[in-house]
Amino acid sequence: MQKGIKIISPCGILGYGFPEQPFLDAFNEKIHGIVVDAGSTDAGPHKLGANVSIVSRRALKKDLSIILQKGLTHRIPVIIGSSGGAGAKKHVELTVEIVREILAELNTHARIGIIWADFKQQTIIDALKEGRITPLSSNIPNLTIETILDTKTIVAQMGHEPILKALRQRCDIILCGRSYDPSPFAALGIYHGMDPGLSYHLGKILECGALCAEPGTTKDGILGTLYRDSFTVQALNPMRKCTPTSVAAHTFYEKEHPFILHGPGFKLNLENCEFNEAGDGVIEVRNSQYIADDEMRIKLEGARKIAYRTFVIAGIRDPLLINQLEEVEKEVVRQVRNYFAEISVNDYKINFYHYGKDAVLGEQEPSLFFGHEIGVMFEVLAKDQELANAICANVRSTFLHFGYVGRKSTAGNLAFPFAPSDIEFGPVYEFSIYHLMRITQDPFLLEIVEV
Amino acid sequence: MVKLVEKAKILRSKNAGPFEITLDVLFDDKKIYEEVKDAGVITKEKIAEIYNLSLEDIHHLVYFDQALGIKITIARKISSGGPGDRDVYGAQQHAPLMNLEI
Repeated sequence: MQKGIKIISPCGILGYGFPEQPFLDAFNEKIHGIVVDAGSTDAGPHKLGANVSIVSRRALKKDLSIILQKGLTHRIPVIIGSSGGAGAKKHVELTVEIVREILAELNTHARIGIIWADFKQQTIIDALKEGRITPLSSNIPNLTIETILDTKTIVAQMGHEPILKALRQRCDIILCGRSYDPSPFAALGIYHGMDPGLSYHLGKILECGALCAEPGTTKDGILGTLYRDSFTVQALNPMRKCTPTSVAAHTFYEKEHPFILHGPGFKLNLENCEFNEAGDGVIEVRNSQYIADDEMRIKLEGARKIAYRTFVIAGIRDPLLINQLEEVEKEVVRQVRNYFAEISVNDYKINFYHYGKDAVLGEQEPSLFFGHEIGVMFEVLAKDQELANAICANVRSTFLHFGYVGRKSTAGNLAFPFAPSDIEFGPVYEFSIYHLMRITQDPFLLEIVEV
Repeated sequence: MVKLVEKAKILRSKNAGPFEITLDVLFDDKKIYEEVKDAGVITKEKIAEIYNLSLEDIHHLVYFDQALGIKITIARKISSGGPGDRDVYGAQQHAPLMNLEI
């Protein structure tokens, strides 16, 4: 069989952890690079808005230590996609800091390529004025200058191009800011002269770690091998196995369309792909087609702070109250509004969630309620924390003592699991920018640091 | 009549970006997949009905024969993690689909 380009993805998110032995065993054959995705928008907008990570610093360092030691020993590139979670400046800086610590502890040196993915507000405003920005789907509002100015951190997903540049400059470690998840994998394939369609499709499968195997998990490794006209994937851990269906199904995963995938500057058409078993648990994929777009567009992501939250969790067991819960809550809100008549109702919002009834699906819940207890969670969103705390305390005391029609339990309506009952959450963010921006030149800056 | 949950091997929901949720129904038997496909029960109209959405909020509904799967992508009314959202990862929005009778 022809020689392939072998890429290891140790886990689905850097810092999720992975079993060490199968990863180490993979190096019994020649490996061309270790690539791991560190980011996602899945956990919501606060990572980008508040510049925090999805994994702990401790876990990040633990995973990176194992990966860097192997990469440096075998003199193969280590590429981290969407460093630190959201891939903004603070996230990348945290990752650089940890890499420096590890290199110092190993008493070794490396050439680090850092690719920044941050954008200034003015750059986005200029693009908006030039008509180069469009929403990503029909339910996303058009961007306004006001929204851009409210959004302190703005990143864009990079394609393979800046990563390829870093590989050509012989970087040992490449720390990418926000990346299209498959890009760091694709860059390594394209660097070795492989087809971009196969390289990106392989990247799409590898970026989740062993999630494409059975049993699937993001907390274990996967090996991808690129050939001239196909690629293969196989699990590193003998307790997992890839099948043609598991790999084909993973091509589906968390994408809006099953076989047309949009990336920065291209589309992947996977309609004619074949998924076949080439050996025990080795799945071979063919016919992934890369179609370059006429114009280069990149996906912008931004999150803005919009409120502060305080919330309470409590249980309700009294059937007389359960039977009229919504009516009681309406009355509670009315009394709170009366008490704080001097505060504009536009300055705060009170929401109730009924776990056990319809908290997950809300008005989309088709099932009728039957049950003997409800977990109620109520939150107050307000323009500052003090106001959220004050309103929430009043909602809680009013709800606790509310004398509804037919009440027999005159001592209290709520069972609080904790004292204090009110939990100060802090700022609340929302995705305020999720738009495409047309560009004419590569905006991602590569910085090379010798450590 | 058999419920979709009894026929599908995987029936899941997940964010496809912060503004959309994608529902995947996957089968491990070509015959069962073809049966469900031919039954014609899973349509944009049906999804709009069971998810209480307007037809334009159903962004995609595609049968993909190679993977023996059906993918349905719907608009989120509230973006992931924004105020009022109930499911940040969108991972528990598949339940209404399970009871569809085929």
